[in-house]
Amino acid sequence: MKISFTVNTKRVTVDVPPDMPLLWVLRDVLDLKGTKFGCGAAQCGACTVHVNGAPTRSCVLPASSVEGAEVLTVEGLSPDGSHPVQRAWQELDVPQCGYCQAGQIMAAVALLARNPNPSDADIDAAMNGNLCRCGTYLRIRRAIHRAAELMAAGAQPQGNGRSQRSPNGGEALRR
Amino acid sequence: MATTLRVNRREFLKVSALAGGGMLIATYWDPWNRLLAAESAAEFAPNAFIKITPDGAVTIIAQNPEIGQGVKTMLPMIVAEELDADWRAVRIEQGDLDTEKFANQYAGGSTATPNHWEPMRRAGAVGRAMLIAAAAKTWNVPQSECRTEAGTVIHRPSGRRLSYGELASRAATLPVPDPASVPLKDPKDFKIVGKPLPGVDVRAIVTGAPLFGIDVSLPGMKYAVFEKCPVFGGKVRAANLDEIRSQPGVLHAFVVEGGSDLSGLLGGVAIVGETWWAAHQARQRLRVSWDEGPTAAQSSDWFTQKAAELFRQPPHRTLRRDGDVDAALRSAHKVVEAEYSYPFLAHAPLEPMNCTAWFRDGELEIWAPTQTPERGRTLVSRTLEIPPEKITIHITRSGGGFGRRLNNDYMVEAAWIARQVAGTPIKLVWSREDDIRHDFYRPAGFHRLTGGVDRNGKLIAWRDHFVTFGEGERFANSANISENEFPAAFIPNFALEVSLIPLGVPTGALRAPRSNGLAFVFQSFIDELALAAGRDPVEFRMDLLASAGEGAAMNAERMRGVLELVAEKSGWGRRSLPKGTGIGVAFHFSHRGYFAEVVQASVSAAGEVKVEHVWVAGDIGSQIINPSNAENQVQGAVLDGLAEALGQEITIDRGRVVQSNFHDFPLLRMVQAPPEVEVYFRRTDYPPTGLGEPALPPVVPALCNAIFAATGKRIRSLPLSRQDLTWTAE
Repeated sequence: MKISFTVNTKRVTVDVPPDMPLLWVLRDVLDLKGTKFGCGAAQCGACTVHVNGAPTRSCVLPASSVEGAEVLTVEGLSPDGSHPVQRAWQELDVPQCGYCQAGQIMAAVALLARNPNPSDADIDAAMNGNLCRCGTYLRIRRAIHRAAELMAAGAQPQGNGRSQRSPNGGEALRR
Repeated sequence: MATTLRVNRREFLKVSALAGGGMLIATYWDPWNRLLAAESAAEFAPNAFIKITPDGAVTIIAQNPEIGQGVKTMLPMIVAEELDADWRAVRIEQGDLDTEKFANQYAGGSTATPNHWEPMRRAGAVGRAMLIAAAAKTWNVPQSECRTEAGTVIHRPSGRRLSYGELASRAATLPVPDPASVPLKDPKDFKIVGKPLPGVDVRAIVTGAPLFGIDVSLPGMKYAVFEKCPVFGGKVRAANLDEIRSQPGVLHAFVVEGGSDLSGLLGGVAIVGETWWAAHQARQRLRVSWDEGPTAAQSSDWFTQKAAELFRQPPHRTLRRDGDVDAALRSAHKVVEAEYSYPFLAHAPLEPMNCTAWFRDGELEIWAPTQTPERGRTLVSRTLEIPPEKITIHITRSGGGFGRRLNNDYMVEAAWIARQVAGTPIKLVWSREDDIRHDFYRPAGFHRLTGGVDRNGKLIAWRDHFVTFGEGERFANSANISENEFPAAFIPNFALEVSLIPLGVPTGALRAPRSNGLAFVFQSFIDELALAAGRDPVEFRMDLLASAGEGAAMNAERMRGVLELVAEKSGWGRRSLPKGTGIGVAFHFSHRGYFAEVVQASVSAAGEVKVEHVWVAGDIGSQIINPSNAENQVQGAVLDGLAEALGQEITIDRGRVVQSNFHDFPLLRMVQAPPEVEVYFRRTDYPPTGLGEPALPPVVPALCNAIFAATGKRIRSLPLSRQDLTWTAE
């Protein structure tokens, strides 16, 4: 079945079985590997993309349902990691293994689009479907607050060197 | 104490000039001929760890598999520090498996720091010494007048500067200093080590660049799925292969006979498709008749019954006996008896098992997210009867390890399938269900404990009858216990006894193996004994740690140090908490690391547990190499332990795993994560050690002890989701 839709502002047409999940269309047909396979059952959120602006689990979304839709993946946020959410993630050195982070970032971008200044409780509610096996949740919370700050300050996607946080003195690592 | 380790012969460094000029520093073996052949003359010479190009860019090779523990950043930081490179200009490359260039090229046991701290420092320091020598020669000045700074040698009196790139060719022509004699920096001069630096792949991760094994893409690549018997070790009798081959997008379907080694290639049916989805869909129609084998008789309920039986019998073996436990218990003021147990656990790293393999012209090329590439190659070589020199292994980033990828079952499956369809690159990707049902599980364990305290509140007797898995003298993987495991050597009358249940379920190391179960049991029971003694849990532990005898497995002073620190930071004994909220403490020594942790948790009247705050104090020696990652690892270990305690359990029914995905094997969700996990390190004058594992074990008993403080309910069996924690206000 031929299906046409937009991925990261680019119009694409694919010929795939109608029940093939969007995840596999993105990864194996369009070679966009940023969106991850974690569970195949909408349990973990690693496959989160935006479909017409809404955060969506692409591992259970049949390709047939995205005909004419606008799909945004992590690759579409910025080519260089300069989207405020990506910047915050780098600044706070959020990832450990990093496998879930594209899904986390897409969920965070969707949250900030509808709630530019979320509380911890708002964050927990919006992010609860995104699992991080390494347990980076504390940094994800902080990174979302930081991204909100960057967005409020009008940060635009731009080139940004490998950012380094300033060293924090003393033996306590609490910030 | 002395902080210098001897560099052994294998770590001896050699430097040689290359045809095109440049610098080669080879460590560990004698790889220089190989390297010389491999590198083009145009490129300034790389070595095992360092490449310096004429434009001054420094490339550092990260030799160990990155599984989220931060090693791809950490090891190069050490080299760059002693080389005095400009970290912002350093490029990091992942090394392939190369047993001639590299030693200890694996991820496991929190060993990267203790294995590589000294060799990586010396690899960098030799480079720096030679660059200084080259500059001194160029300027015709004494070396003592030269210093380095961020990739440049500077002549102090004149202020002249030469970049490392400008010096590389000349440096390569100079004699090699004895690596044992090259000066290492004074740690107070460190500019890279000790600084919180973001992971070197963080940009690639946040932009979705292909990094992980599952992201590998090769021209003409096809996709495979592999169905194994749900009962471990079962074999295929028959399968509807013709029907499968006729499914859309299916290219091949065949039976793999497999062997009997549960960590090797097992029997099953492989399906190769144009896409993973096509192969996966065809698999839904697969009908296999299995010869399930003897493990089909095993179930979790049977293990529990068997443990209860064994508790009533004399133990199979006594691993340690100090003093006279029976006499001490008779004379004890208070005696406490309790039975503890913990379940099997899966690893469930978020990236499902996968491997890409390409067999052509008798050679095999493999791209694998693995913790043990060398063991993987050995397994593939032995199983497929291909000599190891004809197998290339590219190490990809792993989407989590936790011990799962110490086993390379998925690698040998991919290799076997790739050889069957020779010439075509094959990417094998497991489903989450495959992952949960074909793991190497943290073994369950059962303990019957008896302890006695005297009138002064001192712990005088301890007996543990540990029912675990194995046969005869042999323990199942990670089901063993050391006869020196704490509190051995700290209690005058002590017995450690074991009985074994035979097991057909594969087991393996899960982050902090053994410790992740034992700490729960021992640190919870110590709390019971503190209560019986009428003592404060921290004070009782401090006293216990003060009674170290001969042969203690840990340095009690270091543990007292972190226990004191965590008590101070958490305000232990100074908190007044409402009913339903409690605070608990525990400590554990594992993987060379000393950790004490305090958990504050509340339990609602309906029995819902909320972890409110965690304090962690750790001692991993003199240096925290990357404080950003160190904090991340510790917080992650704490959350990992909380996940295990709160709701994780693998149950076996008729030889198969009951759970299948995250709905019944729950990972921690954000809402369950405590708002604060405070991390403190106590710096001590010992060589730095690893951090992947040792912060995990104490959090489980600390949580359970907090729940006891909150509710009066003692947790003797995990997970908590199985326990009734409801309470009523008086």
